[in-house]
Amino acid sequence: MNSSVNIRGGRVVDPASSRDELGDVFIVDGKFSPAPAAGAVEVEARGLVVCPGFIDMHVHLREPGQGAKETIETGTRAAAAGGFTSVLAMPNTNPVADHPGIIAWMAERAAAVGAVNVYLSGAITVGSEGGQLASIGAMSAAGIVAVTDDGRCVQSHDVMLRAAEYCGMFGLPLLDHCQDASLAGPEAVMHQGYWSTLLGLPGWPRMAEEIIVARNAFLAEATGTPIHCQHLTSAGSVRLLREARARGIPLSGEVCPHHIALTDESLKDYDTNFKMNPPLREEADIDALLQGIADGTIDILATDHAPHAPYEKEVEFAAAPFGIVGLETAVGLFCHLLLHCHGVVDLPKLVAMLTVNPARLLGLNRGTLALGAAADVTLLDPDLEWVVDKASFVSKGRNTPFHGWKLQGRAVRTIVGGRTVWKNKV
Amino acid sequence: MNWTRKDLLALGDLTADEITLILDTAAGFKVVGQRRLKKVPSLRGKTLVNLFVEASTRTRTSFELAAVRLSADVVNITASSSSLAKGESLKDTAKNLEALAADLIVLRHSAAGAAQFLAERLRAGVINAGDGSHEHPTQGLLDVFTIRERLGRVAGVKVGIVGDIRFSRVARSNIQALTKLGAEVTLIGPPTLVPREFERTGVRITHRLDDVLGELDVINLLRIQHERQKAGYFPGTGEYATLFGLNAARAERLKPEALVMHPGPIHRGVELDGSVADGPHSVILDQVTNGLAVRMAVLYLCGAVPTEAKG
Repeated sequence: MNSSVNIRGGRVVDPASSRDELGDVFIVDGKFSPAPAAGAVEVEARGLVVCPGFIDMHVHLREPGQGAKETIETGTRAAAAGGFTSVLAMPNTNPVADHPGIIAWMAERAAAVGAVNVYLSGAITVGSEGGQLASIGAMSAAGIVAVTDDGRCVQSHDVMLRAAEYCGMFGLPLLDHCQDASLAGPEAVMHQGYWSTLLGLPGWPRMAEEIIVARNAFLAEATGTPIHCQHLTSAGSVRLLREARARGIPLSGEVCPHHIALTDESLKDYDTNFKMNPPLREEADIDALLQGIADGTIDILATDHAPHAPYEKEVEFAAAPFGIVGLETAVGLFCHLLLHCHGVVDLPKLVAMLTVNPARLLGLNRGTLALGAAADVTLLDPDLEWVVDKASFVSKGRNTPFHGWKLQGRAVRTIVGGRTVWKNKV
Repeated sequence: MNWTRKDLLALGDLTADEITLILDTAAGFKVVGQRRLKKVPSLRGKTLVNLFVEASTRTRTSFELAAVRLSADVVNITASSSSLAKGESLKDTAKNLEALAADLIVLRHSAAGAAQFLAERLRAGVINAGDGSHEHPTQGLLDVFTIRERLGRVAGVKVGIVGDIRFSRVARSNIQALTKLGAEVTLIGPPTLVPREFERTGVRITHRLDDVLGELDVINLLRIQHERQKAGYFPGTGEYATLFGLNAARAERLKPEALVMHPGPIHRGVELDGSVADGPHSVILDQVTNGLAVRMAVLYLCGAVPTEAKG
């Protein structure tokens, strides 16, 4: 298959090199090249933005063990359809990805059926149970680029401190689902506030997240190991992160589309497509997250793509699993909300948050159009209007709260290593 | 006004006029209940299923009796006897009931939103008989009915609700109905059981019962559950009774015409002393009687809405 492409006439945005100009991008044999190759696929990009391929560092591919929800094959095809050329798979599979055998199996599977680049993360602790450290060194040798107990925040500060110290030896960042389990008990299903009070649903307060963000600031400062706070939701977390980064602490944060698109009021009809962990919070939190994005406190965008089977979600609210799909709606939502509705970022900054910033944190030689880098490209039409239709999803998951939303902005072509893996039909 | 709902899910959904319509209809049925012949043919040929996925005796019995007096055929299903205990989903159980042509389903369930979940998926009418900590609409209606009957009005009446507001569906339904009809509601209890967020519903909160006792027209005491003590919401029932229990000494400070209410079952000596529960202020047994009339009204109104008309 031809992996040479001449992309002509687009607005080329490569934040890693501060490039933003009308021009051409050439790919020869899967690498960026200064000159076009004969016989290459010609792509007309006038009116489009030519970006480094988007990276989503928070994806649940569900394999091994939960193929009814998603597989590596369907999840990566969904990523391609959403404009992502690389994903970082979370280790909360069944069994948990906590040793090199599972990592090797996932890597092999991804190489065989993956539509986009799949990076792997390993568990921090054995079984993600928060106790004994998992075999991080062996998993590092097997190729992981980060460690996380996503979904099950390590509660012992001592264990987390040892993990941060230990990861420093391999240059691996720690990704943390910041949540104090004693404040977010097993009964809790949403943000604790007016709506949880009215609906009679047990909630958990912002401080459950904020306390752990503060903890992580101390640990990152003490050890020098980068700690990344996943899917932040609260104003207090943004403030803590801003203060920590101002002091030079290697602490970072990400934001997911739903936490800036929706509030806890959305749960008033007990629709389980609005049930996620961490939960939807309030307008003031959205304002703070947007401010954090605007001033660079939060510099990474991610989806927390969490597919579930319809029969799992179509149950009483308390019994439903947390999470929503995100790969096929995220780019549209980020363009729509951050560029058009709120105007808190310009295009190069938006692209950086989806490319070079996660690439740097994870140490990937991607997220740039630099010569010699792997030729992943996302063609973006930031003004294209479209309507979310869950029936058209490539993902097995249909659990989205955004069905029927009219969005402005969409990835229209996804190129991985010079090969087009997805093209918008319109 | 006309009743157009096939379901009764929450008093939060209703207008003041709709609530008043139910109360007026219930008043008519209360008269029927005092006749020698207590049965009317309103729901003849209709099938009502009492689906109780959480234990309850008095509410289920009250609904059953209400349905029987309206001449409906009644089936009782409890969790232990149903497929739900074997792991069948609520959705599948409900679909099966509908396949058997049930017209009305009365649901008691431990999950908030369970009644709405069923109502959105079934042609049959769904009556919420308590969904988790969310609402217990017929209890709220019977409490308001009792107040209106005894005091002649609801607007302007000062109602204190005391106790475990945080976890109480009775409190939520009372707050909705009372505020919609213009009563002045005060929530009373420790901050751990009376979240400040309730203030946005238009009620007042106090943590000192003795400050407000003398001004209340109605005091509604909620059952205090031992599980809350174990979970650390208050130190013990003794301390609770000292701070918030309606004992004989406190009852003497009530207005002479004040009503003492309790949704039952009572923890005598904790939230309410026996002498007060059985004393002159108490309307606790009126509540039980009125519950029957209110449930007849709800079944009558929802049962008369053609199920095909469901949106």
